[in-house]
Amino acid sequence: MRFAVLVFPGSNCDIDAVKAVEDVLGEPVDSVWHTETDLSQYDCVIVPGGFSYGDYLRSGAVASLSPVMGAVKEHAAAGKLVIGICNGFQILTETGLLPGVLRHNDHLQFRCEISELRVENTDTAFTNDYEKGQVIRIPIAHGEGNYFADQATIDQLKANNQIVFTYHGTNPNGSIENIAGICNEQGNVLGMMPHPERAVHELLGSADGKAMFTSIFRTWGEKHGA
Amino acid sequence: MRNEPTPQQIAEEKIYRTFGLNDEEYARILELMGRQPNYVETGIYSVMWSEHCSYKSSRPVLKKFPTSGPHVLQGPGENAGIIDIGDNLAVSFKIESHNHPSAIEPYQGAATGVGGIIRDVFTMGARPIALLNSLRFGSIEGDGAENVRNRYLFGNVVAGIAGYGNCIGIPTVGGEVVFDERYTHNPLVNAMCVGIMTHDEIAKGFASGVGNPVLAVGARTGRDGIHGATFASTEDPHSKERSAVQVGDPFMEKLLLEACLELIATGEVVGIQDMGAAGLTSSSSEMAARAGSGIELDMLKVPRREEGMTSYELMLSESQERMLVVMKKGREHIAEEILSKWGLEAAVIGRVTDDGMLRLKEGDETVCEINVSTLVDDAPVYHRPSARPAYLDETLAFDPAAVAVPSDLTETLHQLLRTPTIASKEYVYQQYDYMVRTSTIVRPGSDAAVVSIRGTRKALAMSTDGNGRYVYLNPRVGGQHTIAESARNLVCSGAKPLAVTDCLNYSSPEKPEIFYQFEESCAGISEACVALGTPVISGNVSLYNQTNDIDIYPTPIIGMVGLIEDTDHITTQEFKGAGHPVLLVGPQTTGAIGGSEYLKVVHGKVAGDAPALDLTVEKALQDAVLTAIQSGLVLAAHDLAEGGLAVALAESAIGGKLGATINFASGQRLDEALFGEAGSRIVIEADQANLDALERIFNENGVPFAVIGETGGDRLTIKINGEAAIDEAVEHLEATWRGAIPCLMK
Repeated sequence: MRFAVLVFPGSNCDIDAVKAVEDVLGEPVDSVWHTETDLSQYDCVIVPGGFSYGDYLRSGAVASLSPVMGAVKEHAAAGKLVIGICNGFQILTETGLLPGVLRHNDHLQFRCEISELRVENTDTAFTNDYEKGQVIRIPIAHGEGNYFADQATIDQLKANNQIVFTYHGTNPNGSIENIAGICNEQGNVLGMMPHPERAVHELLGSADGKAMFTSIFRTWGEKHGA
Repeated sequence: MRNEPTPQQIAEEKIYRTFGLNDEEYARILELMGRQPNYVETGIYSVMWSEHCSYKSSRPVLKKFPTSGPHVLQGPGENAGIIDIGDNLAVSFKIESHNHPSAIEPYQGAATGVGGIIRDVFTMGARPIALLNSLRFGSIEGDGAENVRNRYLFGNVVAGIAGYGNCIGIPTVGGEVVFDERYTHNPLVNAMCVGIMTHDEIAKGFASGVGNPVLAVGARTGRDGIHGATFASTEDPHSKERSAVQVGDPFMEKLLLEACLELIATGEVVGIQDMGAAGLTSSSSEMAARAGSGIELDMLKVPRREEGMTSYELMLSESQERMLVVMKKGREHIAEEILSKWGLEAAVIGRVTDDGMLRLKEGDETVCEINVSTLVDDAPVYHRPSARPAYLDETLAFDPAAVAVPSDLTETLHQLLRTPTIASKEYVYQQYDYMVRTSTIVRPGSDAAVVSIRGTRKALAMSTDGNGRYVYLNPRVGGQHTIAESARNLVCSGAKPLAVTDCLNYSSPEKPEIFYQFEESCAGISEACVALGTPVISGNVSLYNQTNDIDIYPTPIIGMVGLIEDTDHITTQEFKGAGHPVLLVGPQTTGAIGGSEYLKVVHGKVAGDAPALDLTVEKALQDAVLTAIQSGLVLAAHDLAEGGLAVALAESAIGGKLGATINFASGQRLDEALFGEAGSRIVIEADQANLDALERIFNENGVPFAVIGETGGDRLTIKINGEAAIDEAVEHLEATWRGAIPCLMK
């Protein structure tokens, strides 16, 4: 299985995503510069966290216009896997691959801590190694993670079981319905504010993110008979 | 086009004085040049000879620091120092102040402080892996106009540090914040950066090789920050304009960081230096001075943000995110290609010469010609007069009998835990991304931060520390304390302390009693560095931290880095489990009220001597505890600092969400035994089965210790001579400690 980790000017969690794929799965993973227009050789694309283009405009707004995002749309349309983490989630909402927006945290400060998430949907390619309702500890680090969508969209997300993670206990940013991560209708594109790639070793304070990578690999293996 | 005073006008109207040069210094320039300097030249001398760049008051004192050791690869004099940590790996680090800009414009002042120190480290070829900081503000308690302003400064400095560090993606892993009225108009903002590299990746600021091209790299030069270095050397920064504060662009710096590391890796770079304080002026002349060469620049080729900028402005601008690079001749295109990939400019603006001159041209016209060594080596050196401050007679006369032991010591503990200096700094560090790069093993809030090194079992421990009040009360011993406490913090985390970077924050060196504080505390720092085997490898001096008649406390801040040989040795301060003995290691009865946080907070007095410290005892303690940790005998270790034994125990209990019952005999006053402060003391938690082995190690090192209690339950109970002095639920202590700063900042 081959992973691509996109690198925009200003990405800074790209290395962490590469290390997580290497350490958890040992599968091949490439850093892919934002000018690339062909992602056909990859099975899973990770849009990493950071401050693409400084995020001086709306977070993710400039990166969503990068050449590589056209290829990401094709990749998603082909049913292959895309994960947007933190700034990556913001980029995916800006490109329209996921509904809704990410606003400033309600307390208006950047917030970094290990947060507790509830796994709401284990029927996705990203979460089938978790138990439904399982509470996991995954770090957050963002200033604009306050997910919002209009009521019709929220109803649709619920109806289609697209809410994948919610904050358990304290909601760190004021997101609607405590949403921490959602997927698209087809279930092959995931966006989440928390950083699973930061929770892959006990030494880092939690290894609860590993199951996301093993889920992805298992799903791919089942599909490809590996 | 240019409307600048002539050399004659500068001399006759003494215009040089407005640049910060005094009459003697100007006379010396005339002597060195053999003619009157023009406007650009006067500007260049004034910034290079400013306190900030020349260290003219501090140099004679700084020379006395121990700076060598078998593991020192680069001592002071470069952009940052470098130490060897084995496995072909090297660590570069430095701390620097941005006090004056932060007093005026806290967000940008702090942000650009972070940006500057990051450049100092990556210019050495190192990949920055961690940021730390040390902050001082006036009191944030109360509703007075000053308290409101202090809260504004505190909130915005923290936001500025967060804004820059988070965006560039370097974790802010540790630091300290202290609040005291003495810093009301002079907040201290000291930022430290730590980077890592292999030995062959080390780069230096050398402009060598005649004919090699000199390139300006990164951001264009604008009109911001002109004369920032001079401004940092004046007494009242508030009288200066905010335009002298630079504006940071962390996104630009992220691109510059990646581009420069990629460029250095090609092996085609001869020398590289950050354009920091005094911008193009200091970078070009320092790079030439180190190599014993000269530099010629064509000012018309310097990329600029707006038309009409003069050579004077281009040379003195402190626009951020710029580097000066000397490439091998004929390899300029490599720089242009790499920079262009990152969307940045690299412009050839000059070349290296062999005549020792800094020569600036505007096309064919020469507009400045200065012998480089006169800027760097012939800068004035002042041996300032020194006099023992009169206040010391009064503070040393303090008699503890003059203050009463509080009747409710549990409430006293709450009072200390509520004090912003001691209270949880979660409000601060939860705004910093301390986890990016996924190497942060021990997060902020512990004695020292620990960052792992990928591909090895090693880790680096790092901390920043300082206690201005101790230094104020006894400059010599206070100086020793700063080093001893920093090293003790690293030892508690399982590290062997390796080297020091210092940021020396004082008031005006022109006052003899301030210079005394400076000289004496630096002597104390040197003594402790020698005793503990931690040389000084880099640093920075910030003087003139005063407003009106209020001098800040003499506040040397120490950044220290240590090596953890195996991640299994990493130790933290919180209690790990119930039923374990708690030991107090080190002298048992040295804790004193004088100089303590307790005396200040509870009795409103800053008096007494600095707490006791014996460097031989300190060294033995640190060796013994490190040996015990490396032998796997220690579950938790916590340095005793502000608030003494009671606060240390409370912090370990809060962190572990676990109580303890402490019971010991003491002939001391209760407040002395509980809240008294002294060096060389560490609380540890250990397994009962390991007590014999621990005893052997402590005895071998001649270190006193006592089992003072046991972990367990949900209360912290401290009995002295059989009577309960403190008894409180850990969750109540936690609520006080955790809630204090958020409540004040609401």
